[in-house]
Amino acid sequence: MFRELHVLGLALATVAGLMAQPAFAETSNEILASIQKEAAGTPGLQEFSSAHGESFFKVKHANEWSCASCHTENPAAPGKHAKTGKAIQPLAPSANAERFTNPKKVAKWFKRNCNDVLNRICTPQEKGDVLAYLLTVKK
Amino acid sequence: MSIHKQKTFRALAVVLLAMGAAMPAAQADNDSGKYGGENRGKPLQPAQTNAKFQQECSTCHIAYSPGLLPAESWRKVMAGLDKHFGSDASLDAQDNKEITAFLVNNASNRWSAPTAPLRISEAAWFKREHDGREINPEVWKNPKVKSPANCAACHTQAERGDFSERNIKMPR
Repeated sequence: MFRELHVLGLALATVAGLMAQPAFAETSNEILASIQKEAAGTPGLQEFSSAHGESFFKVKHANEWSCASCHTENPAAPGKHAKTGKAIQPLAPSANAERFTNPKKVAKWFKRNCNDVLNRICTPQEKGDVLAYLLTVKK
Repeated sequence: MSIHKQKTFRALAVVLLAMGAAMPAAQADNDSGKYGGENRGKPLQPAQTNAKFQQECSTCHIAYSPGLLPAESWRKVMAGLDKHFGSDASLDAQDNKEITAFLVNNASNRWSAPTAPLRISEAAWFKREHDGREINPEVWKNPKVKSPANCAACHTQAERGDFSERNIKMPR
């Protein structure tokens, strides 16, 4: 009896564990499509450009950091946090398959990092350009 | 035993009992008054940890033990995550609530001062344990140390909340 309960408990815990995983694992192209959807209808919207994304990624904006300050000039390489020195895994999906597969994580980090780099949130155009660029980066 | 003696004996017993009862309270007072009341609680990570706390709070630094700060400090830290020591570390409302509850429930239980610093390194216990008599000031200049926030530079088991002397190893 006890053992059965134990097994049942384990099974329940496993199910709960699975449910706690990101419920909407997606591909980076699906994430790009959802940014596209978000951008639709904004005035002055242009097709996402990897060239714009690359320069946006590498230049400084309102603050002393650029995206490249932590992610380096090569997004396929590991980075290092400019302040804490914490190791950062490669950002380009070609070098790190986990990147841009979890919408919640993508939203969390765009908000944080855009605030750190630009002092504001990014527009859908900017996010789309950057992701378009990252998707062109070869390992 | 005469009645008089019995009375004296009883009075003495009462006094001794009262002293015995008062002693632990007095000791507890001394303990909570240590470091001017800015004393950390049990620093070991709680046996029952919280997955969100572990995951989110260890992204940029070690997941500092909740016992290192009083509950009010954790409330303030978690209410200001969008400006977290120079970085935006914001979480969505649900995750924030869950992690705040975990931190508050496991906060220092020896903090009696009405203070609530945002930085662990601002607490009186921290300053006393890391002052010039305890640590050669040169240690702080070592690039491997970088900042007092980098507990693990010297406290090899900091992640577990183990700050015991035997697990300290100063980097060279």
